[in-house]
Amino acid sequence: MRQVAPRRDPAPSRAAYRLHRLWLTPIFRALLRIGVPTFVFVFSAGAYLSDPENRVELAETVIDLRRSIQERPEFMVQMLAIDGASTDVADDIHEVLAVDFPISSFDLDLIAMRQAVEGLDAVAEAELRIRPGGILNIEVAERQPVAVWRSRQGLDLVDAEGQRVAELHARSERSDLPLIAGQGASDRVAEALAIFAAAEPIADRIRGLLRVGERRWTVVLDRGQQIHLPERDPIAALEQVIALDHAQDLLARDISVVDMRNVRRPTVRINSAALDGLRQVRSVHEGGVVR
Amino acid sequence: MTDLYQTQRAMRNMRRAAIQRGVVAILDVGTSKIACLILKFDGPDKFHDGDGIGSMAGQSAFRVIGAATTRSRGIRFGEIDAMAETERAVRTAVQAAQKMAHVRVDHVIACFSGGQPRSYGLAGEIDLQNTVVTEEDIARVLASSDVPDTGVDRDVMHAQPVNFALDHRSGLADPRGQIGNRLACDIHMLTVDTTVVQNLIHCLKRCDLELAGVASSAYAAGISSLVEDEQELGAACIDMGGGATSLSIFIKKHMIYADSVRLGGCHVTNDIAKGLQIPLAVAERIKTFHGGVVATGMDDREMIEIGSDSGDWEKDRRQISRSELIGIMRPRVEEILEEVRSRLDGAGFEHLPSQQIILTGGCSQIPGLDTLAPKILGQQVRIGRPLRVQGLPQAATGASFASAVGLCLFAAHPQDEWWDFDIPAEGYPARSLRKAVKWFRDNW
Repeated sequence: MRQVAPRRDPAPSRAAYRLHRLWLTPIFRALLRIGVPTFVFVFSAGAYLSDPENRVELAETVIDLRRSIQERPEFMVQMLAIDGASTDVADDIHEVLAVDFPISSFDLDLIAMRQAVEGLDAVAEAELRIRPGGILNIEVAERQPVAVWRSRQGLDLVDAEGQRVAELHARSERSDLPLIAGQGASDRVAEALAIFAAAEPIADRIRGLLRVGERRWTVVLDRGQQIHLPERDPIAALEQVIALDHAQDLLARDISVVDMRNVRRPTVRINSAALDGLRQVRSVHEGGVVR
Repeated sequence: MTDLYQTQRAMRNMRRAAIQRGVVAILDVGTSKIACLILKFDGPDKFHDGDGIGSMAGQSAFRVIGAATTRSRGIRFGEIDAMAETERAVRTAVQAAQKMAHVRVDHVIACFSGGQPRSYGLAGEIDLQNTVVTEEDIARVLASSDVPDTGVDRDVMHAQPVNFALDHRSGLADPRGQIGNRLACDIHMLTVDTTVVQNLIHCLKRCDLELAGVASSAYAAGISSLVEDEQELGAACIDMGGGATSLSIFIKKHMIYADSVRLGGCHVTNDIAKGLQIPLAVAERIKTFHGGVVATGMDDREMIEIGSDSGDWEKDRRQISRSELIGIMRPRVEEILEEVRSRLDGAGFEHLPSQQIILTGGCSQIPGLDTLAPKILGQQVRIGRPLRVQGLPQAATGASFASAVGLCLFAAHPQDEWWDFDIPAEGYPARSLRKAVKWFRDNW
């Protein structure tokens, strides 16, 4: 017969019993699970940071770590590539940006750089991009000069919107472009170009366009001739003059000014020599005394 | 009586608070084992699937989430004999149950079979102030009942109104709202030794537990083992425990009598140990494996090795036949049953309309008891098992857990007791104050 011992059923000690009950208390468990780790973490972090040396060290470590990531070769920009710009403009861009490569792409402020590049007169639009392989690519759309503007400051190239493109040292450098002059002329470049287009039949005689009083144009021809155009509808007036010229060789005559400011009453100013001739002819015809 | 009101009401409030918190422990402090069940009250709606039958008499309101049993120590006849030992046993059971339930319990409802319960029938009668019976009238009629001299050091454990009579009509379960002139009531009062209850309270306090209710194990076993019609028509429940056999008589769903015989399964074990000169543990084992109370011819041939470790070969190799074992057990079981019979006779059980007797408790599992018991107790005897409650482990569904399961039902649906009614109005200084208190109680 197998010996029978009473089933082993040890009673927990009072402390074990209380601990077990404490452990089953929900608030205690929550405290232990959340409160204690939080406390330990906050306390140790606080103790560590209370020492200023540690704070500095920590900050340096963070900065070093940051730099070490930023200066990985994947993020380094080695060179600048400029597309769509002439050599002068490219030089200007190099000068404006003044970046010394290699540089981390984190240190490049592309927006500011773009603003700087677009701040150049010759640049209409710029697109900056860091291409794989560490190349800072700048695609530049240059302003196209359409006219030469002579102002008090000198000769400038302007584009169709009147924006200054570049300085010009001599008119002869860009004799292919029409010349405009006068204060405020650059604001109405489009109109000026339209007038030049309309003046195509007398193009070989035109010296330039003069903006007068910031309100109307005067076409300056060679031999000191001028055509004063009205403020409104100057092209029609010019075409009228060209038609007159075509019919009666108006501009070939010895007149100094064709005044079209009042379109309904075109006026012609004759030079003094021609005026004398005219008087002579009149006196002969009328038998009058020549004074 | 105000003292009684206060302690019992305090326990009732604690029970209510525990149920509101959702968890309460059940502790059956027995002589041979201590069982601890942990109940979780989730509310009836959570387990109410579909329409139809509702709350299953309150059983659906709770489920058992932890159960543990331990061999009890330091308890004799269902009373605490060695406080420290008992405390350890309670700690073991409670800790194991808590471990299983993963929840901490603070409130415990306990039952025990000792303390020499005594039943008293009380009667009270009043003239109604108005013709309609109100709750105050019930409180007054309960208060008017004459309390017998229960003797020194006796505490009231249960005091349940079991019957109301209005004028000439008796047998009313709930006379409220009915019309009459005289209201009479019968109360069943059960008293136990004060020291036993105090010891239990003290022991639980040492385990950091609070007593939220206490019941007699006779009562608890009755409400779990008797089916509804037995409770209604009249039946006696005999809870054959280890150290005491408690009996309770139910009629009209009320316990009307409870008593306890201080004999039980431990005495059978003792008899075997003494008769065969073997250790108690071996005797217990032989009793549970081979025991019986009705011998047949085959039992003469069934030999049981009883061995011991005395070192004497002759003694260690002893064998007995099962008939011999039955010969030892049967007289003791007969004695217990005869004692129960005499208690039932004393209580006037034979005058009840239905005389069903239900045997439950660990000792009722002796094979052959269903043959022996009718010879002593009468023809209507059956072996009862406790009701199934939700979540109860298979190991805790046996007859020995009748009072633990009964306590679960008691915790979920306590019967109205005397102290559940308001103290009669005369006790209060002003009517308005009482109204205010009542309003608070009803609404909070």
